[in-house]
Formats: sequence, structure tokens, C-alpha cells
Amino acid sequence: MRFSLLSLVRNAFSNHQNWGRQWRQPEPKKTYDAIIVGAGGHGLATAFYLASEHGLTNIAVIEKGWLGGGNTGRNTTIIRSNYLYDESAALYDHALKLWEGLSQALNYNVMYSARGVLMLAHNHHDVMSFKRHIYANRLNGVDNEWLSREQVKDFCPPLNISPDIRYPVVGGALQRRGGVARHDAVAWGYARAADALGVDIIQNCEVTGFKRDASGAIAGVETTRGPIATKKVGVVAAGHTSVVMARAGLRMPLESFPLQALVSEPVKPVFPCVVMSNTIHAYISQSDKGELVIGAGTDQYVSYSQQGGLHVTTHTLDAICELVPEFRRMRMLRNWGGIVDVTPDRSPILSKTPIAGLYVNCGWGTGGFKATPGSGHAFAHTIAHDTPHAVNAPFTLDRFRTGRLIDEAAAAAVAH
Amino acid sequence: MTTAFRLPKGGRIDRTKPIVVRFNGREVPAFQGDTAASALLANGIHFVGRSFKYHRPRGIMSHGSEEPNALLDVDRGGNRREPNNRATVVEAFDGLALKSQNHWPSLTFDVGEINDRLGAIFVAGFYYKTFMWPPKFWTSVYEPIIRRAAGLGQAPTAPDPDRYAQRHAHAEVLVVGAGPAGIAAALVASEDPNKRVILCDEQAEPGGALLHDVTSEIDGVPTSAWVKAAIETLDARENVTILPRTTAFGYFNHNHVALAERITDHLRVPLTGLPRERLWQVRAGRVILATGAHERPLVFADNDRPGIMLAESLRCFVNRYAVLPGRQIVIATTGASAYRAAIDLKAAGASVTVVDLRLEGDCGTELVAAVHAGVEVLTNHTVIGSHGRQRVTGLIVAKLDGNGAVGAPRVLACDCAGMSGGWTPAVHLFSQSRGKLRFDSGLDAFVPGASVQAETSAGSCRGVYDLAATIADGAKAAGGSRAVAASPTYTSFQPARIMPAPPGQKPVKAFVDFQNDVTAKDIKLAVAEGFTSIEHVKRYTTTGMATDQGKTSNMNALGLLAGQLATEIPAVGTTTFRLPYTPVTFGTFAGPNRGDLFDPARVTPIHDWAVANGAKFEDVGLWKRAWYFPARDETMHQAVARETKAVRTSAGIFDASTLGKIEVTGADAAEFMNRIYTNAWTKLEVGRCRYGLMLKEDGYVFDDGVAARLSPTLFHVTTTTGGAPRVLAHMEDFLQTEWPDLKVFLTSITEQWAVIAVQGRRAREMIAPLIEDIALDDAAFPHMAVRTGHIAGVPCRLFRVSFTGELGFEINVPADYGQAVWEAVYESGRRFDVTPYGTEAMHVLRAEKGYIIVGQETDGTVTPDDLGLSGLVGKAKRDFVGKRSLVRPDVVATGRKQLVGLRTGDLSLILDEGAQIVADPNQTVPMKMIGHVTSSYMSANIGRSIALALVVDGRRRMNERLHVTTPNGFAQATVVEPVFLDPEGVRLHA
Ligand SMILES: Cc1cc2nc3c(=O)[nH]c(=O)nc-3n(C[C@H](O)[C@H](O)[C@H](O)COP(=O)(O)OP(=O)(O)OC[C@H]3O[C@@H](n4cnc5c(N)ncnc54)[C@H](O)[C@@H]3O)c2cc1C
Repeated sequence: MRFSLLSLVRNAFSNHQNWGRQWRQPEPKKTYDAIIVGAGGHGLATAFYLASEHGLTNIAVIEKGWLGGGNTGRNTTIIRSNYLYDESAALYDHALKLWEGLSQALNYNVMYSARGVLMLAHNHHDVMSFKRHIYANRLNGVDNEWLSREQVKDFCPPLNISPDIRYPVVGGALQRRGGVARHDAVAWGYARAADALGVDIIQNCEVTGFKRDASGAIAGVETTRGPIATKKVGVVAAGHTSVVMARAGLRMPLESFPLQALVSEPVKPVFPCVVMSNTIHAYISQSDKGELVIGAGTDQYVSYSQQGGLHVTTHTLDAICELVPEFRRMRMLRNWGGIVDVTPDRSPILSKTPIAGLYVNCGWGTGGFKATPGSGHAFAHTIAHDTPHAVNAPFTLDRFRTGRLIDEAAAAAVAH
Repeated sequence: MTTAFRLPKGGRIDRTKPIVVRFNGREVPAFQGDTAASALLANGIHFVGRSFKYHRPRGIMSHGSEEPNALLDVDRGGNRREPNNRATVVEAFDGLALKSQNHWPSLTFDVGEINDRLGAIFVAGFYYKTFMWPPKFWTSVYEPIIRRAAGLGQAPTAPDPDRYAQRHAHAEVLVVGAGPAGIAAALVASEDPNKRVILCDEQAEPGGALLHDVTSEIDGVPTSAWVKAAIETLDARENVTILPRTTAFGYFNHNHVALAERITDHLRVPLTGLPRERLWQVRAGRVILATGAHERPLVFADNDRPGIMLAESLRCFVNRYAVLPGRQIVIATTGASAYRAAIDLKAAGASVTVVDLRLEGDCGTELVAAVHAGVEVLTNHTVIGSHGRQRVTGLIVAKLDGNGAVGAPRVLACDCAGMSGGWTPAVHLFSQSRGKLRFDSGLDAFVPGASVQAETSAGSCRGVYDLAATIADGAKAAGGSRAVAASPTYTSFQPARIMPAPPGQKPVKAFVDFQNDVTAKDIKLAVAEGFTSIEHVKRYTTTGMATDQGKTSNMNALGLLAGQLATEIPAVGTTTFRLPYTPVTFGTFAGPNRGDLFDPARVTPIHDWAVANGAKFEDVGLWKRAWYFPARDETMHQAVARETKAVRTSAGIFDASTLGKIEVTGADAAEFMNRIYTNAWTKLEVGRCRYGLMLKEDGYVFDDGVAARLSPTLFHVTTTTGGAPRVLAHMEDFLQTEWPDLKVFLTSITEQWAVIAVQGRRAREMIAPLIEDIALDDAAFPHMAVRTGHIAGVPCRLFRVSFTGELGFEINVPADYGQAVWEAVYESGRRFDVTPYGTEAMHVLRAEKGYIIVGQETDGTVTPDDLGLSGLVGKAKRDFVGKRSLVRPDVVATGRKQLVGLRTGDLSLILDEGAQIVADPNQTVPMKMIGHVTSSYMSANIGRSIALALVVDGRRRMNERLHVTTPNGFAQATVVEPVFLDPEGVRLHA
């Protein structure tokens, strides 16, 4: 049933008895044309575009837990595309353009809210790095503008721009098209739309191994609910990608770290945009429900435990309280962690692999939510045509061997 | 207004201390010892707030930290205001100002109540289905409206005047919860005076549920006397720390438990200097969780009206606070414990009716006791609704027939109602400790299963509800035993997910999660739409996601879900419990890390001299570095021009103490250096220095610096200022994990040595009078040499090195002598007009010479060859970190960016650092970028602006004209060699 205000009102009269399931709960078939491992946002988007743009509808998404329960449902939902390198700018802006019409495309309100992402500069190196980004973005047609200290304050009045704090704000880079979205709705919207096109979403089913044919190509997967035959498998398992790929005998250039986030108790609107500060390690926005949504850092050590250290949270909150001293009396309501998969150059891998029929989409680390639609779109193309889309062609697995890195983190890094 | 509902005697309030609090501006008389909730109830005020979504009138439901409804804005004066306080845990004091929230224009008349009428549309997840047209309207129209309607109270608007503290503590035993189980555990655990025991409890005083039990006895004495005696015993033991008003809110690995202690919130005038709250990080040998249990509300239509409370809470208010929550009370229950409340309320003068879902035969002795006490009891009755809008006026009840069918409804008039659906153990901390929960169907609850850490649960948090058994359980958890005789506890209950209602009842709102306005129907809808995992239900309906984190609602939600799925609760599982147990202020986490203490500022031994001489400072990592020394009213540009000229014409003095310094010692020191740096070190003679490049495994430049060989087995290594900790960690990483066989020790000596750079043609003459034991002439002490000796009588390591291109020395002296030696050198240089210069001049001077700064010319993607430094890569060396990566195809391919100089057409134009470079400015977007500006300055010595840049195939583009972005367009620049001054290096060897 199509979602709209009208259908909502009509269903109110029937006491909401007639809404159908948003997705089925199918039994796995014996064979599919393609299988996606991992029903996070990226996996579900991949399935949706495989079905809607490439006509592959006899496909399944296999999820070991509940769909959207990985990092998709745990992240702070910051969306922006003002990345430095041409390759990244193209990929993330491809996603941003899809975000702009996503609610309508999926007939599901994902609440993409382009309220602006403001990154704060606190020192000479921040200024230099932001200007480098802004100039590169300008030439790439990606919006990103420099704000003076006073303009920062105008755009986000709660910020403390006093020159007397430990790391005063000296300016900022603003991407007005950036913003946030409702993470669960993204997973659910893609799931519902993919399901409507015939995609089987199989939850509570873990992929435990791979079957190969005589040539070594993929012939199927082993799961906790039995073997399933297929010639194409796309692995989209975020923090657990290394584990899954190891089952195919491939060692991935990934490290998995716990990354934490937290929310405050809900309050009336006080914080108008998204603010990020790399220098003092704080990210903050306010959800539509009223909670301040705050991102913390990763732990220093690799781990699969979805609970990070307390010191990481304390350091995040002291930074937030420096930026907005009024928030000191606010209270933390919930704190959680997710496992993020980090590549050596901090850019994702959307790629074919040495095994025919096996594709991998991972390495999004701490920042892949924003790419969800673009990533799914390009990865679907890669699987359907056995060759990458122009947008993801540079993001190969091979680049760590050839050295053709896309080092966004290094580009923003500071030494002296 | 009168305190009409205060009982003439009893309670734990202090009647000698009358106080007045304000509620929405009205005076509310109360006593010291009241909470905001008991003060309001004593004055007959139940209706205190509006719900989140439907803006329904809400009252006080509970008596503790699980309160979902009564959220108040609390103002303690002096900018001490914040929203969303649970009225049941706010301690009252004279002048405390309370306000209701989430309504407009007023509590009693709230426009938002329209949402309740539109409830048929505003069901779970409605917002995912609409507000999509036209697309632009989400951000501009719908979202602002939704945001304004959502949120609870108003965030604080003034900076917080309070201070917060933090403390680490170790204990053999940490007991969480000072109810009977926790007290018993602490008594046993602390018998051994060598065992440190911490007993914490979120309430203002220890005692837990016993604080409102005025009828039970333990070993023949009233419970209050038992608690008092036990606490006196514990207090007298030096090994015991009792922490009231302290919530254990987080349980981490290695028995690391975080506690939030609230120190001043209950005080009218906090003592100066006292922190408001303190974060305790306790590492405990054993943790005993005695966190009690929460009562479950009943799910029935309109179960949320002000005046409808948890049964045990009624009992608490009447006994602990001497407040009668109503005069005519109906208590709906499915279990025995509510009878205690009924009996106590009756004894306090209320008329009380109990409506029990259970059959008479299923009831125990509680029934007889209640009837005996004069309580009217209706067994085999359900409650199907309530009357009243801003205050309950009656419960609609009905008898069940033999088949469980609901009979004719009738209304029992009341001004207050109780509800009790049984008990849920508070397993939150156990679950945070990663222990696995087990479903106990006898208790109809999840209880702790196997522990993962050194932890034991005791008492009702593991379903042991009987008083005597609880005390025995607490003692046992601490490794002892204690058998007491105590009054029986009424514990049994019959689980009811939703109260039986007549079929075909018109759509109703029967709340499961009160704060988030989640109804039983919402859960049904979620299941119908395919949200069958409990985590999906939680997220789709938002049940359990309010500020109470579902303490009262989770079990009802689980039960309803299991019912919808026609399965059992264990099959549904439970959601993850996340910290914090109750909300904790940001201030508690941040603690003293604010202002100057946010990140400690590092200052050099010469800092005070720079301050006294008017330096402006810049932040470099944690360091405060002298940036420039303006004379009178010079601008930065003027100061830098003067400083840089002075260095090139006579002499300058510069504080380089922030340079990272590491001593590499040991038999294999040279081999270690060989492997860590790209260039060769084995043949470096003692007394000589060398500039080294360090790569990461990926082959990209990671750090650089000069290292000196002081003996065959000792290198004095310098790193960049910001890189010091990274480099040491990198070295240790390799030493410990890759080359454990090497005999090498690494010691950070950054803080041990002050470094004074003296640069310029007069440098030698300046220091000569201060040095006796080192020959300074060029032959004896050439460029890139190092000597040890004394300067101004102080031991020194003297380097002849230069980061300016001039004759230069870097004087390393023990940090404590730094300023004294600096002053001596400065004094000696006066005859040459020696000029102190800062980091900005240092940057300009090195750029004139084309010297790179790691982090400015490099960004983690730059190879030695890109910088024109391939000569520093030891081709003959067997291995070094990064060597293998240097032969990767894309690292040796053409088309890499290389370091070049740029000259702008306009001599005075200073390009932006970070500006992008194109060959053709007239392309269409996206443009092909071929490089970027890494450094850019006005050079007074050269008389024009200069810039360094990384440009694709830069070395092949000499004299090519390129275009560089400016804020408004492009500027022309010509590619030149990156060395702008003295390319032959004549000055260095002067
Ligand atoms: C705290 C936090 C904050 C973040 N903040 C942001 C932000 O502000 N902006 C941003 O852009 N990004 C952010 N991110 C990153 C972002 O969440 C992720 O990059 C992105 O959501 C990854 O999506 P995904 O679909 O690839 O992964 P996931 O959503 O994690 O999905 C992977 C799925 O694979 C499943 N799976 C794993 N192994 C198997 C198996 N063997 N068989 C079957 N299924 C399997 C998992 O259960 C999981 O559901 C944040 C991440 C975290 C943890």
C-alpha cells in the first residue's frame, strides 16, 4: 500500500487494521541470481538498485540479526559530500544527490534534513586544510564555503566563539546541502521498496561460508539456515567484513574498532545544524525528537565489542561543554557503540575481488551512512555488470597493492 | 492552597523545618525531607505535565528514578536551571522553583492537546508515511513544526555556574544499592577490616524499600530501627565508604563501574567550592548488585490519567512522606504486594477498594489481612478504563465470568488510583556487565544468568522478594550468611500483559510506554507491519526509548509482543540495556576538564620570557608557542618582516624547545635507526648529525628531523613538535612487535632539554664568549656536527644545524636552565642586535630555503621523491619501514605531485595555503586540478611573496604558468625551483 497522508487518514478510519507488512518474512529459496550479505543500509540499497535499475529481482539479502541493526541503526547520521579528492567528492556527491529525492523514490519519509554541516577550524592547520577542501570542492562543483568566526556564530548561535577558550574557534567550513536523516527509516525504506520488487530479505540467518565451483568462482553460500546456491555474492558486512571474507579465504586490509555515540534527554529546539570539530573531537546535532546526538571517537584498540571505553565518552563530552557551556547541565540518556571497519587510507572499498562472482563493499569506517544511496547504487552496477560504475571505479581492493590510495584522513591530518 | 493531604504525623520528613517550593509560580508549602513529588501531592497536586506526543495530562506515577511522567523544569537559583527532572527524585528545599513543561500556552490549557484528538492518525511510525510532498517542504515546513512539538523541556540557556569533580577508587567490594540485600552484603563484606567496601545508593538515605515499610519487623524490631543500627555499624567501620545520592550508571570491562554522586542539588545554598556532582570510577574486586525491582503498571484504556499511580508508590508516599495521595482510592492489581499499600492507606484514613484480577482462591493471606483492615476487595475483576481528564475521577471495572468473559462495566469513583502488575528485577547493570539474562517463568521476569565478570546479584534484582530471604541473599553474595526472622512479604502475582477488556471496545489508548505515548495498539500495528524483532518494535514505536529507558514499560511491551506473535517472552528476547542507568549530566562526565584544564597547555622553559617580552602565541598541538614578538603596535606582518630580516642580516634567537626529542640507546641503536629511517646511519660518525626521513609502512613521509650520534650506542633524535608522541609510539610499535631482538631502549627526552636556536651570521660570535670547552670554528665544528660541553657553566649538547639556511646552532640545555641560558645568550647577542623570532618567522625563513614542514608540505600521501628528497632514501639498505611500498606501481608512476616553488604575477599577492591549482581556468566544472599550495608567505628578504606547492609532474613544469584559486577567481603563478634564496648554501657554511 502506498504511503501518503491520504492513506494514513483512510487507515485511521479502519483503525489501522489494514496496513500490510512492510516486508515479507520469506523462507530462503534454493537458488538466487545474486545474494547480498548484510542487511544494513548499504546492503539493502544495493538490493533495491539491483532490482529497480538492473532488473535483478530473484535476489536475497541475508542478515544475521535484524535488518538495520548494525551501524546503520547506530550512527549519528551526518550527511555531507565536501570531501577533498575528486574520487571521494564524486562518490559522496553522487550519494547526496540521491538523498535529495530519496523519500519520494522509496515512498518512505527518511527525513533527510539539509540543515547544514559546519566544521569548525581551531588553528592554522585547520584553516589551511579547510581552505584546501573548499577550493577543491568549488572546482568539483560541490558546495562548501568558508565562514568567519562571526559568521559561524550567526549560523549556529549556541556555539561559544570566545577567544579565551583553550582552542578558540577561528572560522569554519559550511556545506549547506549537508545535514542528517533518520537512520532506521533509511534501512526500512530500502527494505520495503526492495521487498516490493520481489527481493527476499532473510533475517536471523548468518552466512557462515562460501561454495566455489571447479574454476574457483562463487557457487553459493553456507548459512545457519542451510546452503543457498548463487553465482554472485556481494558482501556488505561493515565491521564484520573481515570475518565474512576470511570465510572465502580473503584477508582484508581492514581494522575493526568500537566507535561510540550518545544522545541527551530530549529538549525543545536549541541546536539548528550539524557541527563537527575534528580538533577537539566532537560532533553534535539535534534530532527531530529533541535529543542532542553526539558522536565520540573510536577506541585506540581493535575490538569487536560494541562497548567502548568510558574515557572516550568523557573526552567527547568535555569537548561539547567547551563548545556550548550551556549544555553542561544537560543529561546523557543513552550511550552505545558500533564496530567500524577502517581501511589504511580511510576510504571505502567497493570492488570486485580476486574471486570471480564475489564483490565487496566495506571500509566505510566512521562515515559511511552518508554514502548509503550512492554506495548501493554504484555497487549494484558493479554486481550487475561485473564491472564498476565510474563513481566507484577508483575504490578498488587492489589499490592497497598498487599504492593508488585515496587518503582523506591524511589530507585532513595535522603534523607540524 | 493548603497542605490538605499531609498526615498529622509520621513519615521521614523533618516537621521542624517547614519550607516553601514554587510550582508554576504558586507557593507549595512542604517540609525538609520532601521530594518535589511528595510536596506537590501533599498539596493535592497530581497533574504536573504533558506527555510527549499527545500532550495528555499526566501526573506523578512512581516514587523513584523510574518515573516516566512527572518531568519538571527545576530552577535552583543562580542559573542552576535545567529541564526534564523527575519530580520523584528532586529533593525539595526552600525556594526551589518547579515548572511543568511541554505545553502552550499553559499546563491546564494546551493547544498541543489537539494531537490527542488526532491520535487516530498519529499512530506509531506515522511520520514515515507522510510529509513527503512537496519534497522541499520537509526541511522548510514539516520538520520545524515537528521539532517544536517534540522535545520535552527547554535546554539551559545560561552557562553552568557549578563545578564537577572526578575520582578514581579501588575497592575489594562494591555494593550497589542500600536496600536490605545491599546492607546485608555490606555488613558481611566489611567484617574484615582489610577489605575496602563501597556501598552506594541513588536515594538520599540508605534503606531502599525499607524506607517506606512501617509495618514489617526484622528480628523483632521495626525495619527502620534495623536499618539505623546497620548503618551505624557500617559507619563505624573505617573500611566502609557509604555514598548516598550516588547512582551506579555504567558497568564496563574489568569490573570498572562508574558512579554519579550528586552532592549539592539538595542544598538551597551550596557551600562554596563544593562540586555539584562527582564521577567515581571504581575498580572493584567484586561487585554486588542489589539494585531492587520495579513495579509494573497495568495496561488498560486511559491508564495514564493524573492520579493513577503505581501501588507501591502510594504506599511510599503515605509512609515515607506522610502524604495521603487521595481520600478515595481504588487499587487495581494482579498480585499480592498491592494489598500492603491498601492496608497502609486505609490505616492512614483513606477509603480503599482493591480490584484484583485473580480469583479469590488464587490469593494468599494478603486478602484476609486487607479485609480485616477494612479494605473492600473485588477479586476476579478487571479494570477497563478510567474517567477524568486532568485528574482521575473513577476507574471502570468489570467482573469476569467463569470463562474469563468481561461482565458489565461499572464505575468506582475515586480521586486517586493504584495499579500493580507485578515486579521486574532491575537487571540493567548486570546486563551491562555482559552477563546473560535468563527468563524465569515463575517470576515472569528476566533474571541474571551466568556472570561474566566478578559480580553477584542479590535480593529482588534477581527475583528474591521476601524480606528475610533478601537479607540472607545479600549476606550470601558477600560470602557469609545471615538468618533473620522478618515479617512475610506479599510477592506473588499473575502476569497480565493487558487487562481483559470487552470485545469490540472502541479504539482506546492503553499506554505501555507512558512518556513516549506508546500504546498497546501501536505494538500491535508494528507487528502487523512486519516489525517483529523486539529491537524493531522498540525503534518503530519508540517504546522503551524515553528518559526512563523503559524501566516500567519493557516487560509489558515484551509481553504484548510475545502475545501478538503467539510465542513466549524468551523467544522474543529482550533489548540491550545501555548505560547510563539513569540520565547523567554532561558536567559529570566532563568533570574538571574545562577551560585551561580542557587540554593541558604545554609551555616551554622559556615561556615566561616570551610572555614578558610581549610575544603572541599560537597553539601547536598541546603547545603554546611564541608566534611573533610585535614591537609596540606592529602588525603581525610587520613583526615577521623585521624578525626575518634580522636573522638574514645579523642574528635571531628562537625557542625550539617544543621539538620532539627521543634518545635511542643500546648496542643495536644504529641498526634500529637504519630500519626506522630511510637513510643510512651505520656510518655516521660520533659527533655528527644527519637529517632523517621517516616513512610509514605505506611509503609516505611520516616525520622528519635531525638526529645526532653522541656515542656509538647513543642517538639524540629530534622529531617534529606535533609528531613527537606519534613517532615514539611508532618506534615502540616496531621495536616491541617486529624487532624484539634488537637491544635498544627508547626514552622521550622532549621535556628534559630546552632548545635555543641561534641563527644568523653572528651566531658563532654570539655564543663564543659563553663557551670554553668546545672549539667553534668551522673546521673544528662544521655544519651538521654535534658537541657536548658547557655553555654559561651549564652542561649542553650543542648542535650546529640550521632550519633557516644561515649559520646556526641549536643549544640543548637541561630544561631547568633553559631560561637562564636563553637570557645569557640574549644578553651576549645584544651587541649584534639579536632579535627574538617566533614560529611565523621560522616558517617564512625555512620556506625561503625550500625546507619542508611535515604536515604542511606533506599530508600522508607524499613520498620522499615527491619532495625531491629521493637522495635521502638508502637504495643499498636491505630494509627500512616503508621500503617495500616505495616500489608499488602507483608510487613510481609518472603524474605524481612534486614539490615546486610558485611566484605570483602580482608580487604582493599572498596565495591562500590550500588553494588549488589548474592549468586551464576556463574549463567547465568539474575542473581538472593539478596541485595545491602548501605554504605561502610574504618574504621581506626577497621582497615579494613566495609559495611552495605540490604540482603534478611539477619538476617538468619549470617556468610554466599555472592558475591558482583565490577567494574570487584565479591568480596566475609561475612554477619555479622551491629554493628562493642562496641555493648554493653559502650562508650555511659561513
Ligand atoms: C557510533 C557511530 C557513529 C557514526 N556516525 C556516522 C555519521 O555521522 N555519518 C556517517 O556517514 N556515518 C557514520 N557512521 C558510519 C556508518 O554507520 C556506517 O559506515 C554505515 O552505516 C555502514 O552501513 P552498512 O550497511 O555497510 O553496515 P551495517 O549497517 O553495519 O550493516 C552490516 C550488516 O551486516 C550484517 N552481517 C555481518 N556479518 C554477517 C554474516 N556473516 N551474515 C549475515 N549478515 C552479516 C550485520 O549484522 C549488519 O546488519 C557511524 C558509525 C557508528 C558506529
